[in-house]
Amino acid sequence: MPTDLDSMVKVFSRPKSLTEARSTYCPGCQHGILTRIIGQTIDELNIAERTLIIAPVGCSVFAYLWYRCDAVQVAHGRASAVATGIKRADPNLVVLSYQGDGDFASIGTAESIHAANRGENITVIFVNNQVYGMTGGEMAPTTLIGQKTTTTPSGRDAAMFGYPIRFSEMIAQLDAPVYVTRQALYDTKRIMDATKAIKKAFTNQVEGKGYSLVEVLATCPTNWHMKPVDASRHVVDVVTKVYPLGDLVDRG
Amino acid sequence: MERSVIIAGFGGQGVILAGKILAQAAMNHGLEVTWLPSYGPEMRGGTANCTVVMANETVGSPIVDEPTSLIAMNLPSLDKFEQMVAKGGTIIVNSSLVNREVARNDLNVIKLPLNDLGAKVGNMRAINMIALGGYVKATGVVPLEVVKETMAQMLEKGGKGKFVPLNAKALDEGYNAAH
Amino acid sequence: MGEKVLLRGNEVIAEAAIRAGCQCYFAYPITPQAELLEHMAVNMPRLGRTFVQAESELGAINMVYGAASVGVRTMTSSSSPGISLKQEGISYLAGSSLPAVIVNVVRGGPGLGDIAPSQCDYFQATKGGGHGDYHMIVLGPSTVPEAGTLTMLAFDLADKYRTPVMILADGMLGQMMEPVDLPDPIDVASLPKKAWATTGAKGRDPNIILSFDLDPEVLKRMNLELQRRYREIEKNEVRYEEVETGDADIVIAAYGTTARIAKTVIRMARAEGIKLGLFRPITLWPFPYAPLKKLSERVSTVLTVEMSAGQMWEDVRLAVAERAETPFYGEMGGVVPTPRGILREVKKYAH
Repeated sequence: MPTDLDSMVKVFSRPKSLTEARSTYCPGCQHGILTRIIGQTIDELNIAERTLIIAPVGCSVFAYLWYRCDAVQVAHGRASAVATGIKRADPNLVVLSYQGDGDFASIGTAESIHAANRGENITVIFVNNQVYGMTGGEMAPTTLIGQKTTTTPSGRDAAMFGYPIRFSEMIAQLDAPVYVTRQALYDTKRIMDATKAIKKAFTNQVEGKGYSLVEVLATCPTNWHMKPVDASRHVVDVVTKVYPLGDLVDRG
Repeated sequence: MERSVIIAGFGGQGVILAGKILAQAAMNHGLEVTWLPSYGPEMRGGTANCTVVMANETVGSPIVDEPTSLIAMNLPSLDKFEQMVAKGGTIIVNSSLVNREVARNDLNVIKLPLNDLGAKVGNMRAINMIALGGYVKATGVVPLEVVKETMAQMLEKGGKGKFVPLNAKALDEGYNAAH
Repeated sequence: MGEKVLLRGNEVIAEAAIRAGCQCYFAYPITPQAELLEHMAVNMPRLGRTFVQAESELGAINMVYGAASVGVRTMTSSSSPGISLKQEGISYLAGSSLPAVIVNVVRGGPGLGDIAPSQCDYFQATKGGGHGDYHMIVLGPSTVPEAGTLTMLAFDLADKYRTPVMILADGMLGQMMEPVDLPDPIDVASLPKKAWATTGAKGRDPNIILSFDLDPEVLKRMNLELQRRYREIEKNEVRYEEVETGDADIVIAAYGTTARIAKTVIRMARAEGIKLGLFRPITLWPFPYAPLKKLSERVSTVLTVEMSAGQMWEDVRLAVAERAETPFYGEMGGVVPTPRGILREVKKYAH
């Protein structure tokens, strides 16, 4: 007797380049979606055997666990410099520098800007969730004005702590980068767009075009003290007003 | 047998290059050698200098507190280093710029009017080679011909071969003027 | 061996690194090691190798971390203040068991200090410098030719033990010229393959380079493995030189440029009938405790001479204990001890 199961076609599965390791991210966190998009992209481009993942310091410190790829865990903020060393030593490798906002846009400012300015042929994914997630929800350089964090208990005050930094716009001022874009993950369309952007950022590297940066606005329900759905709505209603979505540079 | 010389003067008088040529010539002549440029605190006080040590065996200290010779291209250099020179040593003095006598009487003092001799050979930038020629004559540490060959090789290697005849003439001028 | 050439210490270190198969060099300008950077800037691209002037010392050491991960021979160089900035990266290199060579052409400190020669970074180099329980091998060349041979050795030791290795030079060694027979280039293809390197997970499980684990028991095991390797290095790699110690009554303990100056002092002292010798550590870590201990049993005095306030002196006293007098003579701030200055000190202990 044929069953319904026999007539089913598998249309969605774990990308081959992702491991079975159990996620360390909080429930509702969008790093997981991003990890899947990257895995899928590595599969589609068939580059798992030459991809090198750089795991930073921050919530994604365990990024080396998620992929069936070689990986290097690095010091806080230095991922883009390490990526430079790796890529210069072996240009055949496909290097992903996966960095959070504290890592990329605060402690790693010099390394981030100068790797971009040299036009290193690497792919950087910069996850902007406006908070230091791993250390307990402190202010990030990207924290919004008025946003409460554990180090801005009354809300970020520009007079005291400056303004949310639009780092991708800064990178976009440079001559070298080939692709700089800001994406989000709050609904299906945005996930599809982000997937396209990430594939483009990897393809640019594979084709030797140069530096690509994909900033991804992500939620942190835990430290925002919101339910995941509300956190996504917050990205739509508030965060994208400060950090508009779309391509900033596309010289590909 | 270890010989050492401090070559000192104003920046631009070519003391560093003179030291390099002497060091290279000594090496080509089969001696062990060290060359140490003026460096750090010694760069103050208007003098640039370098120290060359030449020996038959491995050179010990490249820094010298009792040089066997001094080439003083200006007054501050004589003031600074005169008292350090080993007893019985040699001082080459640029008498064009040094308006005093060497105070010590236990040294072999050779006064060369380097600026006048520079004018005579036709280029003031060659006074370092005039001084070096005088030093070679006075000490005999390296034959003049070896210094000349070395100078020619080094200038040619540095793309400055056209200055070889001038500098050879300057070496001769200093050599002949020293006695 | 090729023909003898007259070169600066900085140039010889750079050229020796090239001949040791250094594939990637990253650095930031600072005096008094600029000639090293400049030699690499000219010659690495000419050989199809990597030269990057980094945005900072942090950038440079982390580029080294990246290149080392991939398994190539890699180096950075700097001088004291810049080496302070590199400490984070050196700790990560040690923690991740990555081979790399770091050159410190030491200048006067602390703070901005000056650009004159010093040995004031001995503690930083030999006792860790960065955070965590680690060591690196520290080599102290005394002459320009030795700067070349020890640079070649540094790359071999780094690979053999998967550890950062430091060349601890000083401004004088970097700036001075001396004749040198440059060592023959090695055949890079003949080097053992590094199975651990992150060269792409093709036909094997992924390789992971990392210096951490949040499980204390696991991190303890990682630390124990490092310590096991350090004991092995201490057993195999201690290097030192003794000069005229056979009949010596007084021995100078000195390394690097200071040891070289001391060789002249030996000649001067012996001319005056003082039986003076020299004990010169070549590996500053691992420090040659055992041979110095042995030597101290038959001399009256071990006089430590350094261009510092007395840093290696601590290791000398650990080795000598109460077996001999252990006075100290040091100069600081870029002042170089002269032969006569050292002889004056020696005479205080001559009977």
